[in-house]
Amino acid sequence: MNVQSNVTVNNGVNTEALIGARGAFAEAPQAAQFTFRSSCSWIEGTYSANKINSYFGLGQEHERKRTFSIESDHPEVFAAADRAPTPPEIALAALASCLTGGVAAVAQHRGIQLRSVQSTVEGDIDVQGILGMDPEIRSGFSSIRVSFEIDADASKDEIAALVAQSQKRSAMFDILTNPTNVNVSLA
Amino acid sequence: MKRISALIIGAGQAGLAMSHHLSARSVPNVILERGEVANSWKTERWDSLRLLTPNWQSRLPGHAYAGDDPDGFMSVAQTAKFLDTYAATITAPIETRTTVTRVRRIGDDYEVETNRGLWSCRNIVLASGACNRASIPQFSTGIPESIDQLSPLAYRNPSQLRPGGVLVVGASATGVQLAAELRAAGHDVMLAAGHHVRMPRFYRGRDIQWWMDRSGLLSTTVAEVDDLQRARAVPSLQLVGEASTRFLDLNTLQSAGVEIVGRFTGLRDRTALFSGGLANATALSDLKMNRALDGFDAWAAEAGLTDLPAPERFAPTKVAEAPRLSLDLARGRISTILWATGFRPDFDWLHLPVFDHKSRLAHEGGVVARGLYVLGLPFLRKRNSTLIDGVGADAAALADHLVSTNVRHAA
Repeated sequence: MNVQSNVTVNNGVNTEALIGARGAFAEAPQAAQFTFRSSCSWIEGTYSANKINSYFGLGQEHERKRTFSIESDHPEVFAAADRAPTPPEIALAALASCLTGGVAAVAQHRGIQLRSVQSTVEGDIDVQGILGMDPEIRSGFSSIRVSFEIDADASKDEIAALVAQSQKRSAMFDILTNPTNVNVSLA
Repeated sequence: MKRISALIIGAGQAGLAMSHHLSARSVPNVILERGEVANSWKTERWDSLRLLTPNWQSRLPGHAYAGDDPDGFMSVAQTAKFLDTYAATITAPIETRTTVTRVRRIGDDYEVETNRGLWSCRNIVLASGACNRASIPQFSTGIPESIDQLSPLAYRNPSQLRPGGVLVVGASATGVQLAAELRAAGHDVMLAAGHHVRMPRFYRGRDIQWWMDRSGLLSTTVAEVDDLQRARAVPSLQLVGEASTRFLDLNTLQSAGVEIVGRFTGLRDRTALFSGGLANATALSDLKMNRALDGFDAWAAEAGLTDLPAPERFAPTKVAEAPRLSLDLARGRISTILWATGFRPDFDWLHLPVFDHKSRLAHEGGVVARGLYVLGLPFLRKRNSTLIDGVGADAAALADHLVSTNVRHAA
């Protein structure tokens, strides 16, 4: 590990707090159990809106100061009104944000000053799957590509290691690459 | 009931080295061994296995390799013989065919129940090994019955397997060696690879173990790593004990026709699901290898070793454009699953409150509790704690601790 504590690096990530949390969770693993949630309301057509606020963690419910909103719709080629991104685009955005946050956190921990982090995410979907035209074709992405451009005070290999370590610890990378049991019920 | 100062459980390299050090400190000791000397080597290893460390590195306190092939690699039979010779040399007091069935604390002493009677002792050294059980994921119980499941502890050679495809799970030394051997024997082989560590057998004209030994990497102590849990969980290097095989990595296996897939993450009904994160696992492995080689080069430059061939870097690991994400196990391509998913020690007979929340033995550098010690676990005190070459120093340190604690307690 190349923790360079003699260098003052500020990527705006409080890694000391995160490392402190690791110590606390090792003592009390129950506190590390979090539940996140989003409430979605149908508006019209394929247009819907999510409200995101409360979550459970550290053994209790938390209310944020503000409620966030994420809307979703479909583009005109799917005969929709295109009022918001599609759900798969939101998933791609979530992956990019997750990896980007990870890059910043790992860079901070390793004493690497970032100047800019840009990324583009692409996901390929054969819509014959969604339309139920061919059972051999899945509904989801057949592949996802993420391309990073990073300017930082580090060697090429050190920057590659930031991106690799970020994937290793990323929730969204895990969610997209590994299976998850999903239960959908009617209230 | 028989009484002794120290009981050592297990007559492998760790138990023998400990007996040597205790005897040298005039601590009466007896080794209890469920089978015979080097039992795991004689009964739980596959036929083609050779040590991953060269012969010159087989160094135990008071005994070292003295043959005419220091750069060779011992077979399992040669390793067993090496330990038999050691046991005879140090005249270790060994009770063979003696299985410990229960250990209890009675006051200041331990009571050790075996299939051949009771012992009482002030000190116990657990030297029964780190690889008694294969770690196999829970979901393996859902694998269709038409498929044979095998662990490396039961695997001997390819003739044991039914004809048909083999899914080898795990890409440490065990997984890559067995995948290569089964592929060479004509099986259709698929290898599920999670996080792994790629490394060349030799580099700049020297064996990789020479680099790790001389540069001081192997003697790194637990105090010198910033995440001990992680260091203890690092899988074994993708190596084989064969001087001419530079790489036994995923590229080698792919060239031999082995299909590489991501980590085997679970089952959906009868379908095996593999992680889509393979490309990152190989990227991490390549970066890790290059960091290690950078470190060796820097050490060589600092040490002024100018007569070595020039540094080199190797082509990255190739990954298929779209590695397989699932496999219907009922379709017949695979007839055997070989779980090379790691090993763990067996302390089921240790009825003491010395385990952490994940049922692992808790210890500080091998000190478990007063009078209770363990040897041979990954990164116990140093990076080489699991090597024949590393257990001697650990045994010496724990023997010193045992003697000083007993003296204090008696005073």
